[in-house]
Amino acid sequence: MISLSTKSLREAYGLSLLELARRDRNIVALDADLSKSTRTVLLQDEFPERFFEMGIAEQNMASTAAGFALAGKIPFMNTFAVFAAGRAFDQLRNSICIPNLKVRICGSSAGLSDFGDGKTHQSVEDIATMRSLPHMTVLAPADAVEVVKMMEKMPEIDGPVYIRINRNDLPPVTPEKEPWSPGKVWTLREGKDAAVFANGVMVSRALAAAEMLAGEGIQVRVLNLSTIKPLDRAGVIAAARGVRGIVTAEEGTIVGGMGSAVLEALRTERHGPVEFVGIPDVFGVSAKNYDDLLERYGLTAAAIRDAVKSVLQ
Amino acid sequence: MTAQSTIKSLEKTALRLRFNLLEMVGIGKAGHLGGSSSLAEIVAVLYFHKMKVNKADPRDPSRDLFLLSKGHAVLIQYAALGELGYFPKTEFAKVKTLAGALQGHPDMQTPGIEAVTGSLGQGLSIGVGMALALRLDGRPNRVHVVMGDGELSEGQIWEAAMAAWKFKVDNLVAFVDCNRIQATGPTCEIFDIPDIAKKWDAFGWKVIEIDGHNVGQIIGALEEAETVKGRPTVIIAHTVKGKGFSFAENNAAFHNGILTEELFARAKAELQAQAEALDKN
Ligand SMILES: Cc1ncc(C[n+]2csc(CCOP(=O)(O)OP(=O)(O)O)c2C)c(N)n1
Repeated sequence: MISLSTKSLREAYGLSLLELARRDRNIVALDADLSKSTRTVLLQDEFPERFFEMGIAEQNMASTAAGFALAGKIPFMNTFAVFAAGRAFDQLRNSICIPNLKVRICGSSAGLSDFGDGKTHQSVEDIATMRSLPHMTVLAPADAVEVVKMMEKMPEIDGPVYIRINRNDLPPVTPEKEPWSPGKVWTLREGKDAAVFANGVMVSRALAAAEMLAGEGIQVRVLNLSTIKPLDRAGVIAAARGVRGIVTAEEGTIVGGMGSAVLEALRTERHGPVEFVGIPDVFGVSAKNYDDLLERYGLTAAAIRDAVKSVLQ
Repeated sequence: MTAQSTIKSLEKTALRLRFNLLEMVGIGKAGHLGGSSSLAEIVAVLYFHKMKVNKADPRDPSRDLFLLSKGHAVLIQYAALGELGYFPKTEFAKVKTLAGALQGHPDMQTPGIEAVTGSLGQGLSIGVGMALALRLDGRPNRVHVVMGDGELSEGQIWEAAMAAWKFKVDNLVAFVDCNRIQATGPTCEIFDIPDIAKKWDAFGWKVIEIDGHNVGQIIGALEEAETVKGRPTVIIAHTVKGKGFSFAENNAAFHNGILTEELFARAKAELQAQAEALDKN
């Protein structure tokens, strides 16, 4: 596994992709005029013959990736999350997911992380749409270390994978030594009063909220739900057992997102009140920096803290 | 020049494919008769003359590839795959029913189907990906993609056309089945696309125009395409939608029409007359 000195998820992605390409000549990358941003440029520099600049034509890129997979390659297609999951949705659905092809779809600059560019560039709905597709694995790493671990496992995962990559540096929160495998709930902090399921940028904020609440005598269990699909249903049920309330925290719409997935998993269980911390049913907006934008949508440690208190009331 | 006997034999094959097609469309259930029938000669030439095909192994790594971007015409592909023995011909009558395995659009569960198509506009892109992968591995297999003329209104096709030119893809041949009718009417009324040949030419492709029911011309075009290096080739095939079934020819009603008992009998009689005529001369 590559060792990291970066907190940048996209740098970790680009370096990991390059490492995979060094090991397996069947790895190819496709990009749609965003390779400097998605960091596939790292692969391009070393293996120009296995890098395909597809131009600003995401639909063609997705179906072309399907063709690569059908002919025995492991294609990684890259663009911003809004375009990967949105512009090319029908191609992901038909060319890739129906035949269950081993295509890796990197949704870069995901969520609100392209803070300045506003609504058209911020993917609030990608988790909801991607997890609605049969066969699709959906991953949302919390930090650069988790990106590397996910990329390490990529060759082993059958069928299509959507991985959501944040544009900004994120604080390290996942244990570096612990091995990662897809489809698991990761416990980052134990607590008996409430459970907070988070992923992506919200994990560090959930941990901060747990710290605040500990000061008030409330013990919060924090879980990293970095695989949204296939969902570790037994793991979610176990994590929700024994606590009096549940909060989910995600950087995406609460309509059909990770929180919805948690409740789907808990549908047969008795559980306490649940609150969602996420983006209400709205599009994004331009902001001067990422933190301001997260604050604007209440995607903060304080909001998670308040949500925990409300479910415990 | 292709031997007269080869041409005759392929004409008979095309007719056999139309018989199979008729069996699949059957009586009282909708089936894409028109756009399937317009492809009978092209499919016959590809599967039974030009493409490398292994009857014993549909997944033979050395095979040439056939993609029906206009996936709704899959019945004509099934007609050929059944003849190759990739599944029992008893499946024909059960097509598109829960009792059978053959789906309404190309599905990877069916031996001989190479990709999922049916959402129009995606097949050429898939073919380009396959062609690029084959080239990376230094493999000689060729990729064939068939599109409809109505389908050309899908923007993704032109994205793929640009990509194929950019990457100098020359192990791929595209066909446009120019039968001049789409789902609900004539293409010139629904969404007219003038100068199709000029458009492909402007996108950098080698363009060959043929009569898509003339077996000799189809073979000639494919042979010419093999000599084209450094760019992709498109064969614009002028065809008749519903070819071989007089009531369905040039008739949008049989794009996905239903045959009554009477029409079915008439269709069968017409094919039989064509078979007799072929046998005579
Ligand atoms: C994306 C998409 N839109 C609409 C359809 C419905 N549809 C199926 S066939 C067809 C007409 C196709 O016309 P053409 O490409 O000319 O095919 P042909 O006439 O040869 O059958 C339409 C609109 C579809 N399958 N996919």
